This record gives sequence, structure tokens and C-alpha cells, in this order.
Amino acid sequence: MKNRNATKPRNYPLSELQSHNPDHVLEIVLETVLQFLTSRRDRNAASLVCKSWWRTDALTRSELFISNCYAISPRRVVSRFSRILSVTIKGKPRLADFDMLPADWGAHFSQWLTAFSTAYPWLEKVHLKRMSVTDDDLSLLGDSFAAFKELVLVSCEGFGTPGLAAVATKCRLLRVLDLEESLVDINVSDYSGIVDWISCFPEGETHLESLVFDSVFSPINLEALEKLVARSPSLKRLRVNGHVKIFHLYRLMHIAPHLTDLGTGSFDVPEDTEDDELVFESPFAASKSLVCLSGFRDILPEYLPDIYPVCGNLTFLDFQYADIIDTDQIKSVVSRCHKLQTLWVRDAIFDEGLQVVAQTCKDLRELRVYHLHASDGVEAPVSEVGLEAISRGCRKLQYIMFFCQRMTNAAVVALSRNCPNLVVFRLCIIGRYMPDALTQPPMDEGVGAIVMNCKKLTRLDVSGFLTDRAFSYIGKYGKLIRTLSVNFAGDTDLGLKNVLQGCTNLQKLEIRDGPFGDGALCCGLQHFYNMRFLWMSSCKVTRQACQAIAQTLPHLVLEVINTAQDPVDDVELLYMYRSLDKPRDDAPKLVTVLH
Amino acid sequence: MENSVAYDKDLNMKDTELRLGLPGTEKNEKEETTLSVKVSNKRPMIESSKDNGSKTSDEEAPPSKAKIVGWPPIRSYRKNSLQEAEASGIYVKVSLDGAPYLRKIDLRIYGGYAQLLKALENMFKLTIGDYSEKEGYKGSDYEPTYEDKDGDWMLVGDVPWDMFVTSCKRLRIMKGSEARGV
Repeated sequence: MKNRNATKPRNYPLSELQSHNPDHVLEIVLETVLQFLTSRRDRNAASLVCKSWWRTDALTRSELFISNCYAISPRRVVSRFSRILSVTIKGKPRLADFDMLPADWGAHFSQWLTAFSTAYPWLEKVHLKRMSVTDDDLSLLGDSFAAFKELVLVSCEGFGTPGLAAVATKCRLLRVLDLEESLVDINVSDYSGIVDWISCFPEGETHLESLVFDSVFSPINLEALEKLVARSPSLKRLRVNGHVKIFHLYRLMHIAPHLTDLGTGSFDVPEDTEDDELVFESPFAASKSLVCLSGFRDILPEYLPDIYPVCGNLTFLDFQYADIIDTDQIKSVVSRCHKLQTLWVRDAIFDEGLQVVAQTCKDLRELRVYHLHASDGVEAPVSEVGLEAISRGCRKLQYIMFFCQRMTNAAVVALSRNCPNLVVFRLCIIGRYMPDALTQPPMDEGVGAIVMNCKKLTRLDVSGFLTDRAFSYIGKYGKLIRTLSVNFAGDTDLGLKNVLQGCTNLQKLEIRDGPFGDGALCCGLQHFYNMRFLWMSSCKVTRQACQAIAQTLPHLVLEVINTAQDPVDDVELLYMYRSLDKPRDDAPKLVTVLH
Repeated sequence: MENSVAYDKDLNMKDTELRLGLPGTEKNEKEETTLSVKVSNKRPMIESSKDNGSKTSDEEAPPSKAKIVGWPPIRSYRKNSLQEAEASGIYVKVSLDGAPYLRKIDLRIYGGYAQLLKALENMFKLTIGDYSEKEGYKGSDYEPTYEDKDGDWMLVGDVPWDMFVTSCKRLRIMKGSEARGV
């Protein structure tokens, strides 16, 4: 409320200025009503109505969502929005996860933090995805925001235990500290430089509700962790790292019996365990509240039955790291999970395991079948057989990600018919350019069926032998698709053309190793401003075309990478996005920024 | 890759001409089809379905790339978290039939079978007996077996020590009548 006088509208006609009441009433109504608009899309729409709505949104918006950290400058953001309490920023494109970008590519949090530290002293939440964050950043964060409550770092890197110690020490009101898939201390070879950050949390009761550090590589002070958990009465989610073995995990569970979400760490015994410490009473039997289970990094199969008592309550199970267990053991678990809604599992589950899932998990909404490394001697642990079984058993499926070595059109078509509510379909056929495994034609009809029958589809990730036909289906029926990833597929430029012209809601397009070239790229000229980004790697795009596009379309930034020694016309990687500000100056040498 | 550069040079004029008119006009499509015919010849034909995933993919990669970066799309984070366990030693789980608990040992610290068996005897407080190629272990009720990389259960001692160390995934000391069957 205190800002309202400072931003009194100045361009109202004189007569209206003299009777303040109508304007004030309007402003009050506007602010009151807009408070209820929390979705950023609704807010964006409201801000486009007229100047005064734009202003009111700017004053009242509390959640900031920046989908591409280079699309806008921090200075511009803080000058528009004055009362931000929560910030989400996404940095590198997704394919950076698979080592497709140079190490020092960018997406630094520092410049954002500098701007926020002065503009938003009451900032409570920071969520970052694929950003580069340093220990100094984390220290500054702790110093700058007295009311800080929530730090979520997904797939971030650049920081280590010193940064975590700073957060633990300085953020006294911290409720959430989640380090999901963030590479913490990844390069540390010996642990002598590690800071005992767990001991840095303040004495007395903490406000912690969620503590996720399963991706932190360094050892943890186990005694300090137990004490921390004991004085965190609000703790509901705890995901520990692989240094926490079963003995300590069970002690933690006894201390915190009301956990709803548990990451079990290694689920293993230490090498030097004494005999009498080895028989543990499982606390899982007593747990009534646990609904999410993950971890199992080093799992000792003999202890698997310990989790059976909670399986019937689980809605989320992440088994992707359970390396040593076999199909029968996986089956013994999933056959007990009647309420499961989300399952992440390795292809070691085999088709027969997927059949058990299909029979048991009738409520399944999300299934991810990961592939970690080639199982020696096993040709195709999961295939069209498993996929078809899932489609018949799990009719409520909304999200599927499937790594496999063979697939058929028939199975994909069956999936599209049995699970019409699919929102996300991601198929990764590991051998490149693989056709239908039974009948040999391209996988076009399968992809076509998905886009035709799954009318809510917003994300599509395809691979396998696909011709222009598949892309014409995508362009024709994929009207809601926002994210499209194309891997080693496609025939001619026509394919990409159809997609760019047909998928009117396309936001994110990733193409790797495709035959598409300048002709196709130029077909998207009128669409690029509506997109968040375009990624094309190992395609047929030339530098000249990129230059021409950059010159033709202002506010479009084309980042081009070529690692070849001799200058070649072909571009190895094109990463294109729109930007409201001048192009970035923190790109590494390999990256040429065209604008 | 080398081939395509040549093509691009030939068609350089039309290729890089940026049209602001609507795409899809006849002239464009004709050029695209001539371009694309040559492009599609380059693409490798259907790989055999006997592919063992990423291994053979690397061998059949287009000449310009010896290795496919980022394929299959597995996060280096995941690879790292698995390698972390492998880096410091060859740890295998050891179970004993009838015992409610397991142990873990590092195969690298033993020089050979004799030392390994001694260590197992000490660990579990039992005697394993003497090994003979034909008759397995004699003199006790116990037989040490192991699961190898192919998933088969073998008798400890059947293969040379070095081969055992690299192929052993886990150990199981079998007891009683079951032991005779391996």
C-alpha cells in the first residue's frame, strides 16, 4: 500500500485529477482483484489490458518467473516489478544436461543476485534451474534477505559445501533447502576441504520443512544430522545422500516419524559394520505418513523387504538408482504399490516388471523408464511389449518417458488409444534411426497416432526412424504442443517447415542431428518471436543464414558454436532466443553471439 | 559432413538468400527438394535390430563424428553417481545362507583366492574347506559362489583370479545340500 502514492498516475486529464475518488476506488479495486490472480499467465494477460492495469500488476505481482535468464536484463526486471517475494529463473537449455554445451557457457546467478539484493530485501524464495551459482552467491543471498525461506536449486552447479554452510548459518527462517540433481562438490577428489554445513544450522528449533541433499557428493556429519532432524518438528521431506547408510537412516526415521517424503540415501551397510549392528528393526512398518520414497543408491537387496509395509501407501516411487536389484526384486515392490501415481524406474524392470505395474498401479499418472548403461548381454530389457501392457493397465497415464532399444508403431498407437489423457510423450529409442522393430517401416504412424489421439499433448520427444510424414502429422495435429524434441530424425526441410508453421503454440524446439537446413529455418521467421528458444545442433544450418536472420529480426539472439579448427559454413550448434535487452557479454570464446 | 559442405558451396546463392515473403511458394519448395534429395542420401540406413544400444551406435556414426555427444541422453550427473562407487575399489556384497545380515568386501585388497577365503572364514566364523577343480569344496558344509557379469552363479575358484575380480558382482556362501548343486 505504501507505494501507491509514489506511483499516482500522472497522465490523467486535469478534470479527473481534481476528483480523486473514482481513480482511487478504481486502483483499490484493481489491486484487490489482481491479488487473486496468481498464475503468471493470467497476470501477463491482465498487464496487457491498459497502462493502469500494467502498473497495478507491476506493483502487486509477488512471483517472478524468468524462463530464460538471457531474455531480459536484471535491471529491467527490478525497475518494473517492485514487490517481488519469490523468484524462479531458468538458465541453460535442457540439452546442457548431456554435455552439449561448453562448461563455462554462462547462466550466472551473480548478476541477478546483485540486482535483487538491493531491490527486493524481503525476498523469500529463490528457485533456479540450470544456473551457475557460486559459494559467494549463496553467502550474499544469506546476507541480503532477512526473511529468506526457500532455496531450490535444480541441476545447478558451481557451488559446494561452503555455500551450503553460508545458507545454513545465515538464513534463520529457512524452511526449504532442496538441491535436486545439482552437482555439489563434483570435482572434489579428497574430502579434506569439505565444510560441515549440517552443523551450521542454528541451535534451537528450526523451521525446516524440506531438506533435500541426495546429490551432494561429500560425506555428512551424521551426528549433527540426527540432532538437526530432532530439532526440526516441521520436517516433512528428507532426502539424504549416499553417505547415509541404513543404520543411520533408520535412526533418522525414528526421530522423525511424521515424514511424508523420504530419500533413503544408499540403503546399504558400511564396510566395517560390526555383526551386532547389522540386524535392524525397520521403522517402515510403523510409518503411516510416508507417501514418497526415493534414493536406494547402493541398495542391498536383502533389505528391500523392509519397505514392503509402506508400499501400499506410496504415491511416488523413484527407483531409478537402484542398480543392483533385479527384475524379481523390483516386481516384489511394485506389486504392492496399489496407490502409486508416479513411478521412476530403470529398464532393469524388464517387460515382465512393467506388466506387474500395469496390473497393480491402476492410478498411475506418470511413468519414467530410465536407461543407465547397457545391460551386459541383454538386448532389449523393455520393449513394445511392456509399453503395450502399461497402456492397457494404466489408463490414467498423463506422462510417459520411455528409454528402449526396440519399439513398434502398433504399441505406440495402442498407447495413444488407451491413454488419451497423455500430456507428455517422450520416447527414446537408443539405437539411432531405428524403425518399427517388427515390420520395419518408419515410426511415423506411431507418432501420428499420439498427436492425433492425445488431444491434451503439450510435450513431445521423438526419436527413431521418422520421415517427413511424421512431422506433417505433428504440424497438423499438435496444436497444443509447447515443447518438441527431435533426435536423429527427419527426412527433408519440409518436415521442419510443417512443424514451424503448424504448431502454433510451440515454445521450445530442440533438434539434434537432423537433416534440416537454412530453407526450413527461414520458414519460421514469423514464429520465432513467440518461442522461448530454438536449439539446432548437428543440422545443416549455415552461418550465413544465421547472420541474415540475426540482422533481419531485431531482438532475436542467435548463439552459434563451432568447434572445428578450420572455419566452416555449417554451424554445429545454433541456440536462438528472443531478448528484450542487448545480447549477453559473458559468453565463452567458443560461442559467437549474433544479433 | 565433408560432402554437405561441397553441396552448400554449389547452392550458395540460393541457399543464403533470405526471403521475407511467405514460405511455401513454389520456387522455394523446388529448391528444397533438390537440396533434400542429396541430404537424405547421407543419412545412414536402418541399423540392424541386433544393436546393443550405445555401443554399436558409436561404430556406425557418420564419418565426421567419431563419438556421439549426449546420446543416449543420460545425465552425466547419473553416470557420476554410479562411478563414484566404482572409483575407489571393487566392492561386492557377501551373503551367507541363513544369516540375517550381509557384509561388503573390497576384492582389490586380496592377492588371490587363498586370502579371500581366509577373510571370509574369519568374517563369518566358519570353515570353508578345500577347493578342488572336479569336486568343488570338500570338508565343510559351505561353498562360496559368486554371480558374474552375465548373471550366472559360479563356484569361486573356477576361473583365474584376475578374471574373477573383474567379473564378480556379488558373493554368496551357500550352505548344506544346496551347495552341492553349483
